[in-house]
Amino acid sequence: MADTFDRVKKIIVDRLGVDESEIKEEASFKDDLGADSLDVVELVMELEDEFDLEISDEDAEKITTVGDVIKYIQAHK
Amino acid sequence: MLEGKVALVTGASRGIGRAIALELARQGADVAINYAGNEAAARDVADEIARLGRRALVVKANVADADEVETMVKQTIDELGKLDILVNNAGITRDNLLMRMKEAEFDEVIAINLKGVFNCIKAVTRPMMKARSGRIINISSVVGVMGNAGQANYVAAKAGVIGMTKSVARELASRGITVNAVAPGFIETDMTSVLGEDTKESLLGEIPLARLGKPEDIANMVAFVASEKAEYITGQVFHVDGGMYM
Repeated sequence: MADTFDRVKKIIVDRLGVDESEIKEEASFKDDLGADSLDVVELVMELEDEFDLEISDEDAEKITTVGDVIKYIQAHK
Repeated sequence: MLEGKVALVTGASRGIGRAIALELARQGADVAINYAGNEAAARDVADEIARLGRRALVVKANVADADEVETMVKQTIDELGKLDILVNNAGITRDNLLMRMKEAEFDEVIAINLKGVFNCIKAVTRPMMKARSGRIINISSVVGVMGNAGQANYVAAKAGVIGMTKSVARELASRGITVNAVAPGFIETDMTSVLGEDTKESLLGEIPLARLGKPEDIANMVAFVASEKAEYITGQVFHVDGGMYM
């Protein structure tokens, strides 16, 4: 769990240029972390590579918070 | 102008697509040559590119089929290493007066000429976004802005390509990807060779430069838009039509 969270955190920090302390499970990519729609698409792409997953468009649309990402990865890896 | 770049040109076995593939290679790019039916012609283009000292890859795919397009893009990247330039050139005509046009004639043209562009753009977006750079060039048509009796299907598709070009240009600009359209006028190709003499005669009257264009006229514009020199240009439509539309 901690490992997943750290890896996800690193991707978000790199991609969105936000401070690590802002990345909490309940943080919304768009509302709290300043991501636009394309940023979220890119984030999903990077998560797919990092965790060797294929995230369907339908599932990707449901991902709006950091917690959603963690939950998705826990459920699918 | 394009040394070290990799381009994918759809419908590149003949006509305008062939000229574009050759010109991009002449400017230094390695080129994937997509074709749907005429393998021998596609191989000819590949041979010519090899003679220019560039790598060429021949890939069969129907652009209307998203899975085939996905495979084509993957094959291009696997074999040529990356993908910098996409030229959406593949197109067909099924001309008929609207009153006589069959649903199938409409659907076929939309599937290849419009949805094919969508499929190809979608397939290259991921690698181009990752690379933070890319050039997408869509071949529209002068009739897409002026209309043409007997081509409601083709014109709808070509006008649609212009709208798509502008929307996608806005979506991808922040990632360093430019998206532009080139709108040829009447060019000497197999597609226009079927026109009757009287049609050609009346056409010439509408072209200020008073002659049909050559495939190379289009290829030169595409090569420019594909180059670094055009890095500040996106969402535009370039009319290469002897002055028909102005």
